[in-house]
Amino acid sequence: MTILEFARGPMLHFALAVFVLGVIWRIVTILFLGFKRYHSEPRNGLVKSLIGGMTVTGSRSWPHKEFIGRTGAGEAIGYGYHIGLFIIVLLGTPHVVFWKNLFGVSAGWWPTLPGGVVHVLSILTVTLLLIVLIRRISHPVLRRLSNFDDYFSWFITFTVMVTGVMAVFGLGGRYETILAWHIISFNVLLIWFPFGKLMHAFFIFPTRAVVGYLQSRKGAAT
Amino acid sequence: MSTTTQTYSTASVDMPDESRQAHAMKSFAQDFGAVSALQIEACIHCGMCADACHYFLATEDPKYTPILKVEPFKQAYKRESSAFAPFYRLLGLKKEVSADELQEWQELLFDSCNMCGRCSLICPMGIDIATLIENARRAMFEAGLAPDELYQRAREQADSGQPEKSEEGYSDRIAAIGREHGIDIPIDRDSAEVLACVPRTDLEQYPEAVVALAKTLKHLGADYTFRSESLVAENYGYYAGSRDWQRKISMRIIDQAREIGAKLVLVPECGHAYTALRWQAAELAGEELPFRVRHVTEFLAEQVADGRLRLNQVDDEATAFHDPCQLVRKGGVMDAPRTLMRELGVNLEELPNKKGFSFCCAGGGGVNDIERARPLRYRAQELKLREVDGTGAKRFLTSCSDCRLAFTDASEHFDWDKRPESLLELVAANIKE
Repeated sequence: MTILEFARGPMLHFALAVFVLGVIWRIVTILFLGFKRYHSEPRNGLVKSLIGGMTVTGSRSWPHKEFIGRTGAGEAIGYGYHIGLFIIVLLGTPHVVFWKNLFGVSAGWWPTLPGGVVHVLSILTVTLLLIVLIRRISHPVLRRLSNFDDYFSWFITFTVMVTGVMAVFGLGGRYETILAWHIISFNVLLIWFPFGKLMHAFFIFPTRAVVGYLQSRKGAAT
Repeated sequence: MSTTTQTYSTASVDMPDESRQAHAMKSFAQDFGAVSALQIEACIHCGMCADACHYFLATEDPKYTPILKVEPFKQAYKRESSAFAPFYRLLGLKKEVSADELQEWQELLFDSCNMCGRCSLICPMGIDIATLIENARRAMFEAGLAPDELYQRAREQADSGQPEKSEEGYSDRIAAIGREHGIDIPIDRDSAEVLACVPRTDLEQYPEAVVALAKTLKHLGADYTFRSESLVAENYGYYAGSRDWQRKISMRIIDQAREIGAKLVLVPECGHAYTALRWQAAELAGEELPFRVRHVTEFLAEQVADGRLRLNQVDDEATAFHDPCQLVRKGGVMDAPRTLMRELGVNLEELPNKKGFSFCCAGGGGVNDIERARPLRYRAQELKLREVDGTGAKRFLTSCSDCRLAFTDASEHFDWDKRPESLLELVAANIKE
């Protein structure tokens, strides 16, 4: 078995199993804690509060004008690399082929972007990830808050990106070897995912919805 | 981490360090439901909450980052109770929180946080950091690490109904205020539609506000009473982080309201009293309350809307209004103060950060009571004073006596040319007969 076969064979399957089971377990353990019933007289009824919750799910993606002067740059960088990652992973031709093979679907409707666009986006995303790290190290607040999870989650995401770029541009050795390392690093990302902050992908919308609902119930600021 | 003072209270509770840790962590976990857990788990350490916090903005010191204030508790939750707690312990990814660390955090949770909730609005993940800080304060209380001033006042209020012993009891004091100002203030009536309470701050510092409330209610012909057993609006149990004492203090008002058959509990100009009574009392009581709870500005705005209260127009002096965090950002009393100011014809110069985004007075959450916090509070307050100056306003109004007290103190400290005034007093002085 070559390293590439190992990476996209047993290791990938193991990583996917850890990812799926880990994510489910982490979510289930939170749900097991239960939701309490609120007894205070609500200012807004259930429907209006639920609409408030749904609204915040989207509206919190854009900073309030009172804060944008201080947070705008950080948010632009953050959302920038997330958007880059999503486009590359979901619309880059090799990735679309990978997903189709993995899930055994033909999905003729699944669009892809021209390679040139994805290449430019990849370099931009890698650059933004580097800026993210520099910011985390140099910004006093971020430095103070950061822990192993923050750095390792960055490291593994960056490694997946860089090995992908190397594979596409033929850098660093044989294509098969670099591709294998790209998939291995992706597998490590999948394995790490349920244990660390990468889980925010699953938490972000429920958390926003809950705070939006509770604040709307009180008629308070969202 | 350095601290600004070495005198962190152990709140008169003699307790070994291991017990402090155990009590703190048990209490923190006890308050946890899925909502809190979701919020703890969702943090990505983006640090944006710092950009909303007046303590950070005033000092640029990263230790005042709001989410950092709950970091030991986040760490403890992940280490002890989260989905992968054994994994975190095995790999040493989450350290055990030490008693020394908890003691250091007293300043962060009490002296430099008003639980104002501005950080909760900026969080891109939607984490209600202020509520997590409430949970953390409760944990600190259980560990015997609430600041002495808050601990003692909470205990006294839970026991006697008054946060501090006084030569003249509060019911005597309110009766005396009535006599001094020639207005009848009903106390201890057997039944009434409205149960009123009063901020201790007003009894001691701003008796005119008590008179204003009585005068306005008299004008409206309200069927109301104060009750000796439940005079004080503030809830020091909430400030100190004591769930039991907070409940006991709230139950005092709930029981009195039930006894007289009140349909409405009227919260005076006090922001935290509003949070404690309007939103938390029913939760602590574990049932829906048989009466409504309204802030006095909400009540008066309803009277204006119904045409029962008409007001004279005031002068056109430029006026700034401070939105109290607990009323507006956390409580939802958005429009009532502005309805009243519109009816008064107030020439309102809005602050750049207004309504839900208003900067805190820096005195709320019990910070006014913590003496050692005063220098830091002044630094945080400068932001607001500069903002008010920037509007060109000559008059400065608010609708919370705790905010008023904080600004009065800052005003004297900085020799500021404005003194905070009460919106209720302005209303009372301009009732159209």
